[in-house]
Amino acid sequence: MHDSTRSKPAWKRRLLGLALSTGLGFSGMVGATEVNTTGLAVTDDTVKVGILHSITGTMAISETGSVEAEMLAIEQINAAGGVLGRQIEIIQEDGASDWPTFAEKARKLLVQDNVAAVFGCWTSASRKAVLPVFENENGMLYYPTFYEGLEQSKNVIYTGQEATQQIIAGLDWIAEEKDAKTFYLVGSDYIWPRTSNKIARKHIEDVLGGTVVGEEYYPLGNTNFGSLINKIRLKKPDVVYSSIVGGSNVAWWKQLKAAGITSDRQTIMTISVTEDEVLGIGGENMEGFYSAMKYFQSLDNENNVAFVDAFKERWGDDSVIGDVTQAAYLGPWLWKAAVEKAGSFDVDAVAAASPGIELTTAPEGYVKVHDNHHLWSKLRVGRWNADGQAEVVYESDLIEPNPFPEGYQ
Amino acid sequence: MGGYTSQELTAIFVMQGFSGLSLFCVFLLMALGLAIIFGQMGVINMAHGEFLTLGAYITWMVSELATETWPWMQEFYFPLAVVLAFAGTFILGYLVEMLLIRRLYSRPLDTLLATWGLGLILQQIYRSTFGPREVSVVMPDWLMGSWAPTDIIDIPLNGLFVMGITSLMTLLVVILLYRSRWGIKVRATTQNRAMANAAGINTQRVDRFTFALGCGIAGVAGAAFTTIASTGPTTGSLYIVDTFLVVVFGGAASLLGTVVSAFGIAQSQSILEFFLSGSMAKVITLLTVVGILMFRPQGLFASKVRR
Repeated sequence: MHDSTRSKPAWKRRLLGLALSTGLGFSGMVGATEVNTTGLAVTDDTVKVGILHSITGTMAISETGSVEAEMLAIEQINAAGGVLGRQIEIIQEDGASDWPTFAEKARKLLVQDNVAAVFGCWTSASRKAVLPVFENENGMLYYPTFYEGLEQSKNVIYTGQEATQQIIAGLDWIAEEKDAKTFYLVGSDYIWPRTSNKIARKHIEDVLGGTVVGEEYYPLGNTNFGSLINKIRLKKPDVVYSSIVGGSNVAWWKQLKAAGITSDRQTIMTISVTEDEVLGIGGENMEGFYSAMKYFQSLDNENNVAFVDAFKERWGDDSVIGDVTQAAYLGPWLWKAAVEKAGSFDVDAVAAASPGIELTTAPEGYVKVHDNHHLWSKLRVGRWNADGQAEVVYESDLIEPNPFPEGYQ
Repeated sequence: MGGYTSQELTAIFVMQGFSGLSLFCVFLLMALGLAIIFGQMGVINMAHGEFLTLGAYITWMVSELATETWPWMQEFYFPLAVVLAFAGTFILGYLVEMLLIRRLYSRPLDTLLATWGLGLILQQIYRSTFGPREVSVVMPDWLMGSWAPTDIIDIPLNGLFVMGITSLMTLLVVILLYRSRWGIKVRATTQNRAMANAAGINTQRVDRFTFALGCGIAGVAGAAFTTIASTGPTTGSLYIVDTFLVVVFGGAASLLGTVVSAFGIAQSQSILEFFLSGSMAKVITLLTVVGILMFRPQGLFASKVRR
């Protein structure tokens, strides 16, 4: 990026802040300079934040829900009086499904717009691309997707689950429920499915005493699963464990159904299908199969009923809410809680105040930020119905996030 | 393969054979349209996948209409959707040739860039119109499930359906190209444009119709593929690489080459997938194709066109 776009020198900012705060000092509100010592875009009644997702390109399919959830949360926070008495203004940038673009836009948001926090990224690749930017420019990122773990940063709050939270409890449940001994692991060929299956294999072999009868990866975008389905038929595993993503996902479930592999003949558990994906797959093709996630739209609690209603009112009756959408919704609320606890918008203060933050109003129930910047959360197993909604058949206790699981790497 | 009965192995063999055949049909159906455009006209149409996507979306719209407005049509809408998908993409192809391609015939590299840009524009139009999320086409009951000739053999009905459409389209293209007056004109234009012009063939009209027909076939492929895979703004891009691979490997101007190459690639892919993992199968298939193309750069079946 160009150095010429960097922010004003510190003394100018301080002078400006001083002028503003003395001018408004009599109102009794905490002045902008006191809650903001680092030149963020904070005035006496507004604060700017960034939303950085792909709204064009391949990833738009997944990231749209996150944008909607983050906007909803911010609007609700504003309606309730804002953060430290300041209304939140959104600056939205498009990562365009391109990782260098993500890095460039992140830099723009931090350096040029001086946003106090950014809600964004979806794929691990985009997060890895922006991570050095957030660390160098000292920004704050709220990242919503469930992911492979093996990462922790002062500048990131991970509101989705890391791999062990999503995998281990789900495997325990299905092994007991279906008396499963043999597992077939399938996934798309990139880091998240491979890391997840590494953890799953270790757990199956060492803890559950089962065997992995097959482990296979297909290129992203693969649309033909005939051979894989035949191999599954031949090996007859008790459970097929799937982390196939994207356009491939639709082909995979449609072809399973067409090949006569229905839920009464084969148990399949997936960690990559949420309500969003079911829209494209078709509920009739998912009927009876299991997803392991922390959130399902059908969750029956007060917070969630209110959230689903508000979401549908804002974004239309047809909208569905998947796991990541809910996690994205948590971002602005966690940030607000941390800012108010710290009494400051400064990134260092917010980062320091974050561990221990609790949300009792989360649609998924109760969450708490761990020292490692991930969330304590539950794992649920949902059984899909033909209408595209899941029935929650299992709910774990709160699981401690453990992004660097020992012995699993 | 210890521990399996011979009956089981036979069943797997049959189903694996079918799986290879249906992959072959997918490859062939998507390559047909491109074979006409790239093979006969020498135009590299990077937006081919987006025509396929349009066909898929038209199918989805008809399916939505059938589910919501005329429930009695639910069972029968599919053939109608295929026809409309052809018509819609044919018209779009016709317009694209008229407004864009026509001006770029002597500049193949510019065509490549222009059609790639067109592809991006179309993708974003789909995204803005239909939303970025994938949609699911509700299948009529007769397309769901499988046909089970014995207890352990399951043949997917949607695979059979794609096979049927592929055979029909291939037959139509062969008849059009080799048994019709239009086919004679196309082949004449391919072989020697100046002479064809001199002999009174309106080569401009031939070009336009050829391009539109190729796009129309892509639309049919899009409609057929809604039964086996996804429908979203970028669906077309899932197929485009394989499509070019099939056409280039077969030898650009040869329809027979396209068929043979689709068969070869599909079978080797499918067999390798069974014994190795999916990603390795792809790697080996691609390496083999690259290796063969090093020795036969003109493809399996070289055409005898004077350049």
